[in-house]
Amino acid sequence: MVSAMREAAGRVAFDLKRDSVRDLNQFLHGDLSEVQQVVVENPDGAHSLAVGVNAAVHVEICGHAGYYAAGMNKEATVHVRGNAGPGVAENMMSGHVEVSGFASGGAGASAHGGLLVIRGDAGLRCGISLKGADIVVGGDVGGFSAFMAQAGRIIVCGDAGDGLGDSLYEAVIYVRGKVRSLGADARIEPMTDSDHEAVRSLLAAAEISHSSADFKRVASARALYHWNADANQTY
Amino acid sequence: MCGIVGLLLKDKSLRPRLGEFMVPMLIGMTERGPDSSGMAVFTEPVQAHSRKLSLYCAQPGFDWRQMQRSLSGHSGHAEVEIKSNHCIVTSAADPGTVRDWLAKEYPAVRVLSVGRNIDLYKDVGLPSEVAERYGFSHFSGTHLVGHTRMATESAVTLENAHPYTAGEDWCLVHNGSLANPGSLRRKLEKLGERFESDCDTEGACRYLHWRLTSGDSLEAALEHAFHDFDGFFTFLMGTRDKLALVRDPFACKPAIVAETDEYVAIASEFRSLAHLPGIKQAAVFEPKPAEVYAWSVQ
Repeated sequence: MVSAMREAAGRVAFDLKRDSVRDLNQFLHGDLSEVQQVVVENPDGAHSLAVGVNAAVHVEICGHAGYYAAGMNKEATVHVRGNAGPGVAENMMSGHVEVSGFASGGAGASAHGGLLVIRGDAGLRCGISLKGADIVVGGDVGGFSAFMAQAGRIIVCGDAGDGLGDSLYEAVIYVRGKVRSLGADARIEPMTDSDHEAVRSLLAAAEISHSSADFKRVASARALYHWNADANQTY
Repeated sequence: MCGIVGLLLKDKSLRPRLGEFMVPMLIGMTERGPDSSGMAVFTEPVQAHSRKLSLYCAQPGFDWRQMQRSLSGHSGHAEVEIKSNHCIVTSAADPGTVRDWLAKEYPAVRVLSVGRNIDLYKDVGLPSEVAERYGFSHFSGTHLVGHTRMATESAVTLENAHPYTAGEDWCLVHNGSLANPGSLRRKLEKLGERFESDCDTEGACRYLHWRLTSGDSLEAALEHAFHDFDGFFTFLMGTRDKLALVRDPFACKPAIVAETDEYVAIASEFRSLAHLPGIKQAAVFEPKPAEVYAWSVQ
């Protein structure tokens, strides 16, 4: 039984002290043609908040979210006003997901499209297997971020951990701070005009003020794209 | 998958309510570990010459009073606090002597912990059931370490539940799995460590205890562990006056810490911390991989 409160025209509130996550998600999977904003009070670290939304609705999560918040998101804007657990916006297709605090491991994993903004730090494996989405991280990213990332862009305003961009395909990473180590086949490349433009436009979309001149580009050397019989099976 | 919880109260006035704050933390980790659970609570110390032994006996209706009389006759007066199939014995006798005497006279009784501060309870069942059975909500003390278990590599038994202990006033809980507990065990048994269960975590517990008693600091022991442990782990350890937390270099298993002027609370997930007083103002952070975090009782 959904007891969500229709507070005003187009605005619906769920209180997870009273309503279940299933109530919330079933509502978000229904007809949202009359709804502009859904507010989620007392999320208290619950899992799978606002997953699989397929409508241009604005979801405000007022607190910390658990695993997989806004997973598989399509079109919606989901704002976590707190920290997010593992796998935030994993497999996002489009839309905008924003985390005010920090995000745990696997943020934006396999995301195909849309923009994920994390104002604080992101944990390990941020953007792992990224497939076309953009990620802007205001702080640091943990180790093994962008592992096997295929397409899309990742902006790191702080530092990156070990093994950045290991086995990278065609995704591109822009890092403002230090890179603890690069992964296999990832390399630092010169910034072109189009790189500067990409950084500027993503920072503007995330409403973060930095100069694109402070960023370096990390991309694939493409040495792993083909089997090298002379490499003595070292990889 | 398993759940870990830890709580250290900085505010002395809150210490009588340690268990009350902790039980929702433990129950919050039920989905991560529904098959067994356990709790090590660190209380005010017993007198310097005394030791507490947390004991367990699987026999229904085991006569702890009779064991108390027998032990008192053997090695001097012993106090007991009985909770179901667990019993805490306090005695001035040498704990090694008591342990050997128990093994001979009461082979069905297991020693779960030894020390001046630590009491330990663990059992199979939902965390809510175990907490109810042993009155966890009434615990008072300075800090505690708890665990909810979802067994993966060994059977669901009390012996395989956490926390694990070694030596005195030291315990460990584990979320994760080790791929080389057998080789650790073979190495440590040759060095004199005695194993009591099949659980991979016991290998980690005895390894760290061996390093610590060989003179390593906790940091040095864990540096060796990063090299010698093959697997994933978030470990939470309790000592007489400390909680210590470490995650493996790949940070495969979660952990979150919330700190205020009143407490430090640790859990696998934030949902176990959401009920704590002042949590909205707490400094909440995710521990970094391969870094040792420790908090001391003031």
